[in-house]
Amino acid sequence: MATTTTSSAMRAVAPPRRGMSAARRRDLRDGLLLTSPFIIGVLFLWVGPMIYSLFLLMQDWDLITPPKFIGLGNFVRLWNDPLVAKSLGNTAYYTFIGVPLQLIVAFGLALLLNQNVRGLSIYRTVYYLPYITPAVAFAVVWIQILNPEFGVLNNLLAIVGIHPIKWLFDPTWAKPAFILMSLWLVGFQMIIFLAGLQGVPKELHEAAAIDGANTWRRFWNVTMPIMSPVIFFNLVIGIIGSFQIFTGSFIITKGGPQDSTLFMVLYIYRNAFEYFKMGYAVTLSWLLFLIIMIFTAIQFFFANRWVYYEGKV
Amino acid sequence: MSIATQSSRTRQSRKMRTQLGYLLLHAVMILIGLAFLIPLAWVASTSLKTSGEVFIMPVEWIPKHPRWSNYAEVFSRLPFAQFILNSLYVTVMGTIGSVLSATTVAFGLSRLRWPGRDFLFTILLATLMLPGVVTLIPVFIIFKNINWIGTFLPLWVPAWFGFAFYIFLMRQFMLTLPLELDEAARMDGASNFRILWQVIVPLCGPAMATVTIFSFLYHYNDFLGPLIYISKNEMFTLPLGLLWFQGRFGNFWHLVMAASMVTITPVLLLFFAAQRYFVQGNQFTGLAGR
Repeated sequence: MATTTTSSAMRAVAPPRRGMSAARRRDLRDGLLLTSPFIIGVLFLWVGPMIYSLFLLMQDWDLITPPKFIGLGNFVRLWNDPLVAKSLGNTAYYTFIGVPLQLIVAFGLALLLNQNVRGLSIYRTVYYLPYITPAVAFAVVWIQILNPEFGVLNNLLAIVGIHPIKWLFDPTWAKPAFILMSLWLVGFQMIIFLAGLQGVPKELHEAAAIDGANTWRRFWNVTMPIMSPVIFFNLVIGIIGSFQIFTGSFIITKGGPQDSTLFMVLYIYRNAFEYFKMGYAVTLSWLLFLIIMIFTAIQFFFANRWVYYEGKV
Repeated sequence: MSIATQSSRTRQSRKMRTQLGYLLLHAVMILIGLAFLIPLAWVASTSLKTSGEVFIMPVEWIPKHPRWSNYAEVFSRLPFAQFILNSLYVTVMGTIGSVLSATTVAFGLSRLRWPGRDFLFTILLATLMLPGVVTLIPVFIIFKNINWIGTFLPLWVPAWFGFAFYIFLMRQFMLTLPLELDEAARMDGASNFRILWQVIVPLCGPAMATVTIFSFLYHYNDFLGPLIYISKNEMFTLPLGLLWFQGRFGNFWHLVMAASMVTITPVLLLFFAAQRYFVQGNQFTGLAGR
């Protein structure tokens, strides 16, 4: 039954003519059939929900009573809500300071791992390990590590003579603490960098060395250009992910102290599932969505100024 | 003659320099490694202490009398055995779906040529980059309308429609297999489906292993999903169970760490058993930057 509908639908699109052989028609039918889970998934989990959420933008809805049309009410509310600016600021701080640091650390580790050292796989395993720990466990562990009195971090810092920092209890230190924690999770980016480094052709380095370029110049003029697409990839993905930070602040600080770790997704979650303001929460998530898309577009726009693609002159 | 000795001397000193450099490199890498191990070492060590030992400063990394009974206490305070079962159920169901869907969809996207294929692949790349937060609430409402809230279904059914990332990974792998394989089988009269199951799937072992691992990690570690869809305590997955434990017994650091260790251990076992597939998978994705 399903097969006949697809094939008749296909005939409507592309009537059987001499150019389209039986084999090609069969490939079209099978191609659609095999990819149908994804097509259905995109329609029901992406396209449909996004259109539906456009409708929710203008509703006031607590999930229990029927939704009420309020026109631009959610937008007015968003404009006047001081916590929107606050949570956006927090998220931007975390992203624009955190992501560059993560990339630097990940790249540095990848460079170290790329030096043909013995025991490479052991080092790689160890650096990657924190990335795979369940986020909740990671968060629960860091609550203890960052404890001002008994936490191991202040304990270690004391050895170097640094006075105890209040970390998660101090509005100025809470966000840096989150950035610090994120540096333990760079394993994924590190492996992507490492794969890229292993793809840098050795002949190029050798040729540059013969021309008298020292290690530093070879790094800037050979390694960096070839790595630029990989850096770009990690930057784009890193910023998209970082803007959507949630679990850590939900578990560790619950947005505090003084809303200093109230990140955007946490605020969206609260509006939806604690205050039951579905329409407003959707409005906030569209705001975040647009911001992320704008920053992604900006990066793509400036990409051809610094990202080098082989084979493109 | 003098030139020869000079060059051998410089060679010697260069050799010493590289050896010194090697030593330094290892020292740096070990130090970094220790830093990366701190969280895990803290969990493991604290989980075996008494409540008094936890607060002894400076930290005793290896407890003198490891208290294994902490683990028994965790299981007796909250139904962690049930949480493990729930997590396994969701993870296994989601992973089967991820692998099946990724394999079939990737085959359609890489080994068959049909109009619309490249368009669909563009959409796939787009969903790879779209921030998921925008669908969080509407998808929740859709699942609410079909009465799926409070069931495990929202946690694993979406995986059966294929996650863009896994499909992408499988496609990249399938593109490396020679097309002659398909052609030879087609000459013998095999259908596309037979080619998929009898020619391609047997060759996709490494890629399927990688998808299995990523999907396992995703479903097992998932927090936001269970948080919004599961409310009954006996249906909690491990992350929710751990959060509940932290909320009720947060002052008993040693017990919280034992509970964390229970949550982390399955992932660690998987990681050490299948390490190379983790790295491999990440290397496939590394190609995305190119």
